[in-house]
Amino acid sequence: MALLSKKDTNLITDPLADNNPITIQVLGICSALAITAELKASLVMAVSVMFVLGAGNVVISLMRNIIPSKIRIIVQLIVVATLVIIVDQVLKAYQYELSKTLAVFVGLIITNCIIMGRFEAFALANGPWRSFLDGIGNSLGYGIILVIVGFFRELLGSGTLFGYPVLGDPITKTGLYATGYENNGFMIIPPAALIVVGIIIWVQRSRNPALVEEN
Amino acid sequence: MAIKTDSNVYTVVFAAVMVVVVGSILAFLASALRPNIKENERFEKQQNILYAMGVNENGDDAGSVNFIPTDVVEGEFSSYIKEQLVIQGDKITQNDEAYLIDLKKQLANMKKGEEYKLPVFIGEKDGKKFYIIPMYGKGLWDAIWGFIALDDTMTVQGVYFDHKGETPGLGANIKMRYFMDDFKGESILKGTQYAGIAVAKGNNDPLNKTKDDNEVDALAGATITGNGVSAMIKETVKLYKPYLETIRAK
Repeated sequence: MALLSKKDTNLITDPLADNNPITIQVLGICSALAITAELKASLVMAVSVMFVLGAGNVVISLMRNIIPSKIRIIVQLIVVATLVIIVDQVLKAYQYELSKTLAVFVGLIITNCIIMGRFEAFALANGPWRSFLDGIGNSLGYGIILVIVGFFRELLGSGTLFGYPVLGDPITKTGLYATGYENNGFMIIPPAALIVVGIIIWVQRSRNPALVEEN
Repeated sequence: MAIKTDSNVYTVVFAAVMVVVVGSILAFLASALRPNIKENERFEKQQNILYAMGVNENGDDAGSVNFIPTDVVEGEFSSYIKEQLVIQGDKITQNDEAYLIDLKKQLANMKKGEEYKLPVFIGEKDGKKFYIIPMYGKGLWDAIWGFIALDDTMTVQGVYFDHKGETPGLGANIKMRYFMDDFKGESILKGTQYAGIAVAKGNNDPLNKTKDDNEVDALAGATITGNGVSAMIKETVKLYKPYLETIRAK
């Protein structure tokens, strides 16, 4: 690719698998637990984080030479919070319906450790373009896990995907439910997300033993 | 870079400048967008009130919640809502902007022992009268609120619930149609007592066929939000009891 050098491409592809923020760096677990009971919520969260992390990384990267190191964490926090509030206000004024869907996530985005983690680890030391790619890559890696977890939790817990029933109707016992299948109520409570993430981590590490940490 | 970013003076100046810059950006944005946001909130309230009395664009399938579109809601609101009343102590007055009363503030005033206003909206559809009452309460994480539409036998004709920050997929489902539709036909009376309607876990009635038990089926994994809804309805009914007594068909 002419647009992206090999190094730049790695910035996007690494976090998708071998350096995934959730399964390898174990960051952003809090929001992965909270909002993955539904596929739609997972997707909305993934897109929001992509925007905030992409833009935030660029802003931090542009400011990296003038930020005093003593207060850099606070500066990072302000940048995230400002970006999130700006998006929230603009949506409230022009896309009210969408803003209501997002309202729950605003707090979760600001406190998402992946965002602070990437500011600190990458944007403070790299140029804006590479920081942007790093932000997009990491949020994609985060989003993929969110969508996988959301898919299984919604399917097994509620028998729906994006709110549409795919396994039949559990109350009138049609489709799969006619055979005696029941929704697993455990899947919609937060601990189920830990188990699904755990299984993903297990599968990933057994396929690539290089990822297993030495104890 | 010639600037010494480590010095204390630089740090303090940087912090001060940053606060001023960010503060002005946000303040400017907030005041520039306020009229739009206010109007959106006003339309939303009108949509919610109309939704509770059954004026909405829901299809026959038990699918999603569909409001009257925002561009026509103002006209529909004034044609369906015949009267807006404000109850203040023993006084009941008409006020065409009663729907803008912030119930949260009024309830806070009540707790402080100050005077408070309670709005009621009287709607009319197909010759039938609806008494729509706003509600406000606490869920698991934050505020929940809604509207309940009653007829003069104290039977629920429709409800609308909303929340600020309940968990998506769990407590947030109080605003799903399958949950709200369960309330239709339930009575807030138990005998002659104003009992409200409880969101009950042991209801054993997922299709909600029993309409005289003052109970609807709870949402799995959302115990505290459900309890919040029960408490909110109970409080509201208690608060409005004197007014409800006057309209109740004996």
